[in-house]
Amino acid sequence: MSDAPELRDPRAIAGLIREIGSLAAAVGRPVTFMEVCGTHTHAVAAAGLRRMLPDGVRLISGPGCPVCVTPVEYLDRALALAELDSTTVCTFGDLMRVPSSLSSLERAHAEGRPIEIVYSPRDAISLARTNSAQRVVFLAVGFETTAPTIAAALAEAEDDGIDNLLILPGNKVMPPPMRALVEDRELKVDGFLLPGHVSVLTGWECFRFLAEDYHVPGAVVGFAPADVMRGVADLLRQVRDGRAEISNLYGRVVSARGNAVAARMVERFFEPVATGWRGFGEIPDSGLGLRDRYAHRDAGRIEVALPDPHEPAGCACGDVLRGVIDPPQCALFGTVCQPTNPVGACMVSSEGTCAAWFRHDRLTGVAS
Amino acid sequence: MCLAIPMLLKERNELEGVVELDGVRRTVSLMLLPEAEVGDHVLIHAGYAIGSVDEDEARQTLELLREYADNMGDL
Repeated sequence: MSDAPELRDPRAIAGLIREIGSLAAAVGRPVTFMEVCGTHTHAVAAAGLRRMLPDGVRLISGPGCPVCVTPVEYLDRALALAELDSTTVCTFGDLMRVPSSLSSLERAHAEGRPIEIVYSPRDAISLARTNSAQRVVFLAVGFETTAPTIAAALAEAEDDGIDNLLILPGNKVMPPPMRALVEDRELKVDGFLLPGHVSVLTGWECFRFLAEDYHVPGAVVGFAPADVMRGVADLLRQVRDGRAEISNLYGRVVSARGNAVAARMVERFFEPVATGWRGFGEIPDSGLGLRDRYAHRDAGRIEVALPDPHEPAGCACGDVLRGVIDPPQCALFGTVCQPTNPVGACMVSSEGTCAAWFRHDRLTGVAS
Repeated sequence: MCLAIPMLLKERNELEGVVELDGVRRTVSLMLLPEAEVGDHVLIHAGYAIGSVDEDEARQTLELLREYADNMGDL
């Protein structure tokens, strides 16, 4: 389905662009839409969608890359844990190259620290099972899509008595930073392309507050070029008509209420906590902390010595993540900061806004 | 990081399933989608099935896009 030819048919895309052109003309003023999912950031850049949009329709990226919004203190703690005896740290690969205050997981790994890349929280269970003398710490980052998989791994560890699997809680949820964005006077967003796979879990209704409390329209969309372009057309139509609703254009996998089994799994292990976001600071109820009854699995409660948190000098990731500037407006972009030698988190992950711009939009003259 | 791929559920054994796409097979957990049935297209993220594909909705989306394409004729 994700590779159905219709979703990338140039004629269908051309038809959508034509529709977007007439809708933009009918709106008659410049509009800015934001996507808040790293997978959208990557998909938009890779397909070159930004340069297909008419003048006056600006598409910007928000805080949708989990690696990018994870604050430096989290990485400092992960690295400190990797220094402990009989401890193995395992992580999704995206986090490896993100700079910490003094190093990175990749550098620590090269220096011989026990840090393993895994593709699934299930791999962390296997690692814990086969290394029963080791404490295995999984770095739990990611949004609503990923949190249930981590909860499921914890459930399996509980059921099978695998006591040496711990996590460093760092999961985050999207609605609180989106509320912060629509309340930000510096930023004027006319509509949101809403994260498709987060919505598979949460259901699209969790974004109704945008329309109901702030009169900002939203469209839940998938990740193929035609999916994204349908979303842009839908948002333009809503702006033209003065409407604010949440459209579900990804109904093939997204329902109103989402996955209830997954929600219960998350609820069993996690509770909302205030957590830090790069670019935003601490946001109440935007993180998932382990409940007290699972304190034995919480590596965040292990005492470690931490350095003073230190963000790279001159890095404007924070402003990029809030959509206040486009990457080329950062003095480091493309000069000292490149994917091969990233200064900031947004240049590390392929889902980071800076990396996506560098790889795909830099040479085509797309700028704000 | 929120990448998820629809794959066909070929086999299931309690809460484990075998899924396939383009001849590639993977073993995944069905803990988050216990109602999944063999023959369903399920969405896979980080080794877990997290949702199922609504075939009617999928068909409607593709039909709509075919209409856009047909209206443009040959480019």
